[in-house]
Amino acid sequence: MAKNHENEKFPVSHIAGFIVSLLLTFATVGAVKYTDLPVVTIMWIIGALAVIQAILQLFMFMHLTEGEGKVQLINIIYAFFCAIVVAAGTIWVMTSGHVHY
Amino acid sequence: MMNIKWSDVVITGDPLILGAQISIILTMVAAVVGITYFKKWKYLWDEWITTVDHKRIGIMYILVAVLMFFRGGIDGLMMKAQTAVPDMKFLDAQHYNEVFTTHGVIMILFMAMPALIGLMNVVVPLQIGARDVAFPQLNAVSFWLTFSGAMLFNLSFVIGGSPDAGWTSYFPLAGKEFTPGVGNNFYAISLQIAGIGTLMTGVNFIVTILKMRTKGMTLLKMPMFTWTILITNVIIVFAFPILTVALALMTFDRLFGTHFFTISGGGNAMLWNNLFWLWGHPEVYIVILPAFGMYSEIIATFSKKRLYGYNSMIISIVGIAILSFVVWVHHFYTMGSGPVVNSVFSITTMLIAVPTGVKIFNWLFTMRKGRIQFTTAMMWSLAFIPTFTIGGVTGVMLAMAAADYQYHNTLFLVAHFHYVLIPGVVYAVFAGFYYWWPKMFGYALNERLGKWHFWLFNIGFNVTFMPMFFLGLKGAVRRSYTFSAESGFAPLFLLSAIGSLILAAGFAVLVYNIYYSTRYADRNISTDPWDARTLEWHTANPVQFYNFAQLPEVKTLDTFWHMKKNKEGLVLKEDELEEIHMPSNSWLPIYMCAVFFVVGFFMVFESFIAAAICSIGIFVGLLIRSFDYDEGFHVKLDVIKKKERAWRGEK
Amino acid sequence: MAKVDTSLPLEYQTEQNRLNILGFWIFLGAEIVLFASLFATYGSLKDNFAGGPTPTDLFVLKDVMIETLLLLTSSFTCGVAIWYMRRHNLKGLITWLIITLLLGAGFVFFEVNEFIHYVHEGATMQTSAFLSSFFVLLGTHGLHVSVGIGWAISIIIQLARRGLTPTTARKTFIISLYWHFLDVVWIFIFTFVYLARMV
Repeated sequence: MAKNHENEKFPVSHIAGFIVSLLLTFATVGAVKYTDLPVVTIMWIIGALAVIQAILQLFMFMHLTEGEGKVQLINIIYAFFCAIVVAAGTIWVMTSGHVHY
Repeated sequence: MMNIKWSDVVITGDPLILGAQISIILTMVAAVVGITYFKKWKYLWDEWITTVDHKRIGIMYILVAVLMFFRGGIDGLMMKAQTAVPDMKFLDAQHYNEVFTTHGVIMILFMAMPALIGLMNVVVPLQIGARDVAFPQLNAVSFWLTFSGAMLFNLSFVIGGSPDAGWTSYFPLAGKEFTPGVGNNFYAISLQIAGIGTLMTGVNFIVTILKMRTKGMTLLKMPMFTWTILITNVIIVFAFPILTVALALMTFDRLFGTHFFTISGGGNAMLWNNLFWLWGHPEVYIVILPAFGMYSEIIATFSKKRLYGYNSMIISIVGIAILSFVVWVHHFYTMGSGPVVNSVFSITTMLIAVPTGVKIFNWLFTMRKGRIQFTTAMMWSLAFIPTFTIGGVTGVMLAMAAADYQYHNTLFLVAHFHYVLIPGVVYAVFAGFYYWWPKMFGYALNERLGKWHFWLFNIGFNVTFMPMFFLGLKGAVRRSYTFSAESGFAPLFLLSAIGSLILAAGFAVLVYNIYYSTRYADRNISTDPWDARTLEWHTANPVQFYNFAQLPEVKTLDTFWHMKKNKEGLVLKEDELEEIHMPSNSWLPIYMCAVFFVVGFFMVFESFIAAAICSIGIFVGLLIRSFDYDEGFHVKLDVIKKKERAWRGEK
Repeated sequence: MAKVDTSLPLEYQTEQNRLNILGFWIFLGAEIVLFASLFATYGSLKDNFAGGPTPTDLFVLKDVMIETLLLLTSSFTCGVAIWYMRRHNLKGLITWLIITLLLGAGFVFFEVNEFIHYVHEGATMQTSAFLSSFFVLLGTHGLHVSVGIGWAISIIIQLARRGLTPTTARKTFIISLYWHFLDVVWIFIFTFVYLARMV
């Protein structure tokens, strides 16, 4: 269930997670500053990079699957569902129809 | 330092308010004198104020709810008095606005929520065979924060002025520009404090139900009430943060000059509606699901039959939990989000009626071929079914966005939500009181008085609210302090006002019943007076403080029923008893109540430096908790044996 | 009393500990929705400049990158601290916790400087809806980080006094979850608030 880490010499998974997070961060900056892609495409790319980095950190840094892993996973998935409904739903409702100015 | 003038703080010249100020002071003095005279301070402190026992906390919530029901009810009666005849001069427009605002806030947030949270506190740990909730001290904090918010909100009537922009507090009216006084500050701050308490309850009960069920009780062997409470608390955890943000943004706009919902500076008033109802719609499911759970228990018990369709009940409440987050725009179809958005939300709103419909059929099938006992609790449940259905189907009418352009903000809407909230939530709260009273207090509420309560309230409710459907269809709008004789609304308004008097009489009978039963009722009743089906009835009357001497072992659904039928697990094996570990009392929860009240008060009156200084007290409280390593205490075996022998009868 | 399972890491060993950790994860679920609501607000109001300063006028990529690297590294060092905890190494745990806090304090320092700079440029939260929503979103995150620093200091004091017990391990684990979570939120702030406006 949980890694006791007692036999490792280095915190390998943490170092790996850190390096990948750095790469994803720099990739985001790169996509924005150093490409000529259309704005919408860039937004989707950096959005995806953000989600990937978040999921990575949830598993590698926060040990999401330890303890009550199943419940915690369902909890986070439902939280993200609600987060998307709230954020995307609000922006959709507020930019539709006559109300947007 | 204070941005508000003293003359705005102390309200003069209004007899009702002056009367309230005097009676509040007198009551407080009388309470202090009385408690001192009867030397009950230590008892109150040890047994109630510092308790972390879920049963005591539940009773305190219920007490708050009953008191708040009284105030919210008076608000309702005042509204009915003002609209009994055309051009009535009882309340002017400003006062009418304050009355309907406080009526809404109190009934939903300080009556319904505390009543339901109180009942869930008393019952759920017992139903799952546990000794308390997962975080008992946090549970006490939840209650005391709710109490703190309620007291701060009620204070507005006598100091500073009540909020007056509706319980929904729409902008730009609710902003500083159009409502400069402190009234709406009270709204923003007191709801915020109470909301934190409720969020903590959400976390507490999810962990309790998932992790503290007794041996053998799988999720699919849990009583239906516990299931509905689990789902309710999931909705609480994910909906209340939205309210937290909305109220915080409102606070910033009113107190710090930001531009979230203002007209100038690029703000958008519709954003408030959007955030409020993103919380507000799940909130109505937070209040109705526990009610559905209570009906499931009561109907099964008094039909002497197992609840029909257990699995479909679970699927429907999970479905409701998910769908409740995707219907919110139906509260403001007419605000201009356009046909695409409106159509999508019309469809989701109509969809959410389906799982509730499934539940209605399940309750009817539960009763079919059962042996019905017409106790008061059962009668509330029976009346709920057709009356709530009226509310539900009018909801489907309102769900159609195009049609809603006609119904929106008329009395048709007001009648709809009262027809779902009162038969749905209030009848369930009453039924829950009559059902679980013996378990909470050791005596039962009088059944004859209960029937009077039931008939008066039920008839009064229908006479009050049915005319409002027709008034709404005729064009009568909501939140309007008067109407003209030419409109033709007068006869139905008068009928409705008469109905409210019958309703009030019903409530008065309940209060009398509580007094009468407390004074005269037989204390020597069975610990299982209804021959019920679930584990909370396998305890003393009132329940022993440690709940269960031995944690029960569960083999089936309706555990207690089967234990009685098969005569197993009913006898205590004294040689198997162990010492019971219980949490200690704590003064921190009431300390937090006081600190939040003081900080809230200073925020309301815009004394920011004072508020900032006092908020250090909140962090001090948190640090004290962090450094507290108290591990509770153990209940000795002889204490357990003595208590158990007392209620089970000497062998 | 406590059902102790010594095959598990220290912080999961007692039943009460398992309850607390699960409870905190659920609280984090609520915090996700809280931040989502703030993002929703920002997303609705982000183009309402009311004639005042815009992101192009204000945002400086270098400063944002410094903040990001400070916070991300602090999340990594926090993970290393827990790694030491799992090896029952109290000294390593406290050392890396302190490093984490220093990096976190650095983050707050740079962020406060950023805000002061904006205010000097005439961009306050009262200037426009865009700025109101920007400051409240960033400010809420920054406040969470600051509270976290205070909380972590109190945990370090308890570790120093009582050593590594199931209870202190659980408290440490929970604040590490909190700290990592704040970096996860920052990923979205960095992406959607800052970088999305620098296209």
